[in-house]
Amino acid sequence: MSDGASPLLSVKGVTLQYRTRDHLVTATYRVSFNVYQSDRFVILGPSGCGKSTLLKAVGGFIRPIEGEMRLNGVEISKPGPDRILVFQEFDQLLPWKTVKENITFALVASHTLNAREAAQRAMFYIEKVGLTEFADNYPHTLSGGMKQRVAIARGMAMEPAILLMDEPFAALDALTRSKMQEELLRLWDDTKFTVLFVTHSIPEAVRIGNRILLLSAHPGQVKGEINSSGADIPHADGTTLSGRIERLLFERSVTEKSSAHV
Amino acid sequence: MSDTRAIQHERPEFVCTIQTSGYGVVEKPLSTWEKLADFGGLRKTLILLFLALIWEVYARWLGNPLVFPTFTATALAFWNGLVSGEIPSATFHSMKVLFQGYLIGLVLAGLFTAFASATRIGSDLLETLTAMFNPLPSIALLPLAMIWFGLGTGGIIFVLIHAVLWSVALNTHAGFRSVSPTWRMVGQNYGLSRIGYVTRILIPGAFPSILTGLKIGWAFAWRTLIAAELVFGANAGGGGLGWYIFETKNALEIPSVFAGLLTVILLGIVVENVVFLTIEKRTVRRWGMQT
Repeated sequence: MSDGASPLLSVKGVTLQYRTRDHLVTATYRVSFNVYQSDRFVILGPSGCGKSTLLKAVGGFIRPIEGEMRLNGVEISKPGPDRILVFQEFDQLLPWKTVKENITFALVASHTLNAREAAQRAMFYIEKVGLTEFADNYPHTLSGGMKQRVAIARGMAMEPAILLMDEPFAALDALTRSKMQEELLRLWDDTKFTVLFVTHSIPEAVRIGNRILLLSAHPGQVKGEINSSGADIPHADGTTLSGRIERLLFERSVTEKSSAHV
Repeated sequence: MSDTRAIQHERPEFVCTIQTSGYGVVEKPLSTWEKLADFGGLRKTLILLFLALIWEVYARWLGNPLVFPTFTATALAFWNGLVSGEIPSATFHSMKVLFQGYLIGLVLAGLFTAFASATRIGSDLLETLTAMFNPLPSIALLPLAMIWFGLGTGGIIFVLIHAVLWSVALNTHAGFRSVSPTWRMVGQNYGLSRIGYVTRILIPGAFPSILTGLKIGWAFAWRTLIAAELVFGANAGGGGLGWYIFETKNALEIPSVFAGLLTVILLGIVVENVVFLTIEKRTVRRWGMQT
């Protein structure tokens, strides 16, 4: 932990609201957290806790109505290539571009590199995710897991200050999912990139994260931050990490309800 | 039994080793005959030949070339028309007018769609205008067009624009709106400029719809053109395919009338099955956006 060092991403008292057709929904309420260099920071919470909205706000797609978000001390105001989002949806790859073009397009469009350097870097990251022989394939010929690998390769090729992952493995089958988690950790071992990872799966949070932010449901509020070593080993009091997280996420909502009766 | 999940029928477990050869055909090339039968163009050619045969037999049986000439007489008239240069020059004239109308229609459709995508009032305007004018057959506007734009090709181009504009604008606009939000976010995420966003995300993302609009617009324009030439061709300076059909009918050269119709059909087939199909194969089908 980089105690004392200034955080890479600081989120302070952020309240997010969005409009549906007939409601104004508060997604998160006064959420604060700090992400440091090379963190694998996981935002964990039940469905509807506004974790995806929070990630999109960090991405610059939604403006908070209260609070501030700073990346390297600079206020986040709009989307930009220093914060690359990896989505859950398989259709995040542009179907009219091949695997390689999807990555080079991103690098060239953001003025990160010129065409030749972009092609080199694209192949480097395609190789890292083990898809070299599919570089010239169009996305619709790939499986779901391969598409997510390409999306991750694209995100990493941009070498952003922080990679934002919005449940990237949620739409995959269990076997592929587990394999992808392992691959993500292996990639992290290589380059130690900073990642902000949203999930609703406790085992995934424990496995991926080194620091886990727990959010309550509706609207999302911070319940705590927990360290994870990656393995679900029993704590001093005999409970496993995932057991502790489950209790934290579950128990407090019970006490909240009972305190409401008092 | 206390444990209801216990195995009811005891069976030994077993594990197999998988054979690596000796299971007959895994993959073998198809025979020439199978390949030919799979070739759609060949099957359709056979159908055409069969239809031509029926035509020939019926016309001979009818024996009235003024009403229904034989296939061979039509083919001969078509050949003569080609050799004498009448059909090529009529085709050229029609195509020239058609392209002018089509292109102006596309440009206007582009402007309308841009306005409609940029503002809500523009979107309302486009939707209202399309709802009004799309069902209105272009040919119904021709009498008015001749008063407004005179007897030259101006009137015909006006109705062609009307035929193309609404279907293309409607489809393009619908296509833009249906571009997936994820692609939009991807485009914004990589810091595309406004123009880059339109040309690299919106247009390719909406391309299946745009292509449909182009095809419908082309079909409308083509039909409108022939009809307009047929009715008013004499006034519009003549020379088009519709005019050719009209003129040969007046001269009672019925095989040439059929030859003119055949030309219209052939051009339609070529544009639909060669031009648009090629575009489709190189774009949306290759991208897996349309099967």
